[in-house]
Amino acid sequence: MNIVVCIKQVPDTETQIKIAGDGKTIATDDIKWVMNPYDEFGVEEALRIQKAKGGEVIVVGAGPKRVTESLRTALAMGADKAVLIEDDGLYGADPLAVAKILAAAVKPLSPDIVFLGMRAVDDDAGLVGPALAEFLDMPNLSVVTKVEVGEGSVTVQRPVEGQTLVLEASLPAVISAQKGLNEPRYASLPGIMKAKKKPLEVKTLADLGLDKAGKAEIAALTPPPARAAGKTISGETAQELAANLAKALREEAKVI
Amino acid sequence: MDFTIPENYRLMAETVRRFVKQDLDPISRQVEDEDHIPEEIVEKMRELGLFGLSIPEEFGGLGLGTLGECLVYEEMSKTNACFRTRIGTNNGIGSQGIVLDGTPEQKDYYLPKLASGEWVACFALSEPEAGSDAANVQTTAELKGDEWVLGGRKHFITNGDVADMACVFCLTDKSKRAKGGITAFIVEKTDPGYFVGTIERKMGMRGSHTCELIFDNCRIPKDRVIGGDKMIGQGFKTAMKTLDKGRLTMGASALGSAQKLLDLSVDYAKQRVQFGKPIAQFQAIQFKLAEMATNIYAARQMLYHAAALRDSKGTSIIKEASMVKLFCTEMANRVADEAVQIFGGMGYMKDFPVERYYRDLRLTRIYEGTSEIQKIVIARELLRG
Ligand SMILES: Cc1cc2nc3c(=O)[nH]c(=O)nc-3n(C[C@H](O)[C@H](O)[C@H](O)COP(=O)(O)OP(=O)(O)OC[C@H]3O[C@@H](n4cnc5c(N)ncnc54)[C@H](O)[C@@H]3O)c2cc1C
Repeated sequence: MNIVVCIKQVPDTETQIKIAGDGKTIATDDIKWVMNPYDEFGVEEALRIQKAKGGEVIVVGAGPKRVTESLRTALAMGADKAVLIEDDGLYGADPLAVAKILAAAVKPLSPDIVFLGMRAVDDDAGLVGPALAEFLDMPNLSVVTKVEVGEGSVTVQRPVEGQTLVLEASLPAVISAQKGLNEPRYASLPGIMKAKKKPLEVKTLADLGLDKAGKAEIAALTPPPARAAGKTISGETAQELAANLAKALREEAKVI
Repeated sequence: MDFTIPENYRLMAETVRRFVKQDLDPISRQVEDEDHIPEEIVEKMRELGLFGLSIPEEFGGLGLGTLGECLVYEEMSKTNACFRTRIGTNNGIGSQGIVLDGTPEQKDYYLPKLASGEWVACFALSEPEAGSDAANVQTTAELKGDEWVLGGRKHFITNGDVADMACVFCLTDKSKRAKGGITAFIVEKTDPGYFVGTIERKMGMRGSHTCELIFDNCRIPKDRVIGGDKMIGQGFKTAMKTLDKGRLTMGASALGSAQKLLDLSVDYAKQRVQFGKPIAQFQAIQFKLAEMATNIYAARQMLYHAAALRDSKGTSIIKEASMVKLFCTEMANRVADEAVQIFGGMGYMKDFPVERYYRDLRLTRIYEGTSEIQKIVIARELLRG
C-alpha cells in the first residue's frame, strides 16, 4: 500500500500575523513556518496504515525552499521519501492551481491513498483536497476523523452536527484529515538524524510538464477589527449581578 | 561569520519545544508538588531520544555536536528544571567518562544502555571533604586479587537514587592524589557493598534527587577501571575533561530558563494594571525588561560561539567554557531576580512558576564548579606561561 501525503507549510498558529506594506500579502520576516497541523494528522495516519499494511509513505509539498524543513519533519516522523515542487512560477498560485500541480506530482507515484489536511490554517480555503481528487479522478473523502482500510476499499467517518457519517469508497482515494483523526507523533531526535539521509527530490513546474501556475489575485488584506475592551457587570448581590448580566447579554450583546 | 543553525538542529529544538509545551509544562507544577517525574513521561523522553544526545551514533546515541546539544538543553530548560536534570547525567557527567576514556568493551556494554535511557548513570565525585577541592577525595579503592574494594562516601550525587551505574572517583594512591593517585571506576547498582544513603532536602530542583552514596567494602571486578589498567591513577583527568564539556550545556540550561523568564515577564508586564495602566508603560519596568533582553542576547551569542568553536576545533576550550558557565548562570540569576520583582507579590507565590525558576537557577552558580572556581580557571588560563 503506497500512501502519499500532501503537505503545506503555514505560519505557526502562535505567530502574530501582520499585513505587509503592499496591503496584499503578510509580512514574513518574523514568521515561524510549520507543517499545517491538519497535514500532520495525514502523516500520522499514513504511518499507522503503513505499519499495518506495509508499502511506502511519500510526502509532497509545493513552495519555496523553506518548505524542505516541513518535509524533513515528515521524514523524521517516519515517511520514506519527499518531493518538493519549487518554482518561481508557484508564487501566488491559487488553490485550483496548487491542486493541479500536486496532481501532476502525485499521479506518477501511483498511490493507493492520498492524504492531506481538510484545510490549511493560513488561508482556510479548504479547496485543494476536492480539486486534487477531481484532477486525479479519485473519490474524495473530506473532513475525516476515522479511517479503516479494507481490501481495495476504505471506510471513513465524518462528523456532522453531532452525528457520524460513514462513507465507503474504492481505492485509490483522496482523504482529507480533520482534527480528532489521531494524535500525531513527535519527530523524534533519532528520526531527525535519519531524515537527513532520506531522499528529497526537487522538481520544477517544467519537470511536471506544467506552465506557470494560475492565480486568483488577492485584492486586499485587512486585519480583523481590534477587540473592544471587556465590560464589567456591577451589582450588589448575586441576583442583581445575574440580572444585569442577562440584561447586557440581551440588550447590548444581543446574543440571548 | 556564519550564524545559521543547521536544519536538523532547528528541527530538534522544535521537537523539544513542542514536547515541553504539550507534555512537560502542563505537569511541571504536579512534579514540583510530588517531587517525582511520572514514569510515562520518562518513557516519552526515551522515545524522543533525549537520553543519548552526546553518545556517539555507533553506540545508539545521536552523536550531536556541542551546538546541537546546547540547543536541546536551551529548550528543555523552559520548564521545570528537573526534566533536563533527568536526562542530564546520561548525556553529560554520567556517561562522558566512558565516552572519552572508556575501553572498547566498556563502550559496547554501557553506552547503548545509557543512550536509550534503559539505564541511568550518575557522576560521583563530590564528598564532604572534596567539593571545590575535588582532588581531596577520601573514598579509597584497593586492588585485592581480582577485585577492587571501595570504601567511603560520596555526597550530593544527582540522580544517585535512580542510577543503575555510577562513575566513582576514588583515591588509589594517597601520595599522588590528582597527579596519578585518583582512579575512575564504574560501579553498578547491584554490586555488593554499594548503597544509596540520605536523599537530601533542597532549596529547589524538586523532582530531581540528590543523594549520598555509600561504599562499604564494595567489591567490583578488576575490569571496571574506566579506560582499563592503563588509566589507573588517571581518573582526575577524566573527571576534569567530563566537567569541562558540561560547562557549555549548563550555560545553555541557564540561558533557556532566562529566556522563559523574560517571556513570562513581558506578558505579565503588559497585563498587570496599576495606577490605571499596564506596568509595562512604566519606564522602571521597561528598563528591567531591556536589560534582561540585552543580557540574554549577549549570553546566547557567547554560548553559540563557544559551542561552534568547540565543534570546529574538536577539542576542549577550557577558558571559553568557563566563561560561558560563569556568565550565563550569573546572568540568569539576575534575570530571575528581576522577574520576581516585575511579578511583585505574585513573583513570590507558588501559583506562578517564577519563584520556582528563581530557586532552581540558584543551583547553576554552584554545581559543576562554582562561579568562583570558574573565575580561577579563567584567570589561570589568562596568566599561563
Ligand atoms: C543539587 C546539587 C547537585 C549536585 N550534583 C552533583 C553530582 O551529580 N556529582 C558530584 O560529584 N557533585 C555534585 N554536586 C556537588 C557540587 O559540585 C559541589 O557542591 C560544588 O562543587 C561545590 O562544592 P562544596 O559544596 O563543597 O562547596 P565548597 O567547595 O565548600 O565551597 C564553598 C564556597 O567557597 C568557595 N571556594 C572554594 N574554594 C575556593 C577557592 N579556592 N577560591 C575561592 N573561593 C573558593 C566556593 O566558590 C563557594 O562559594 C551537587 C551539588 C548540589 C547542590
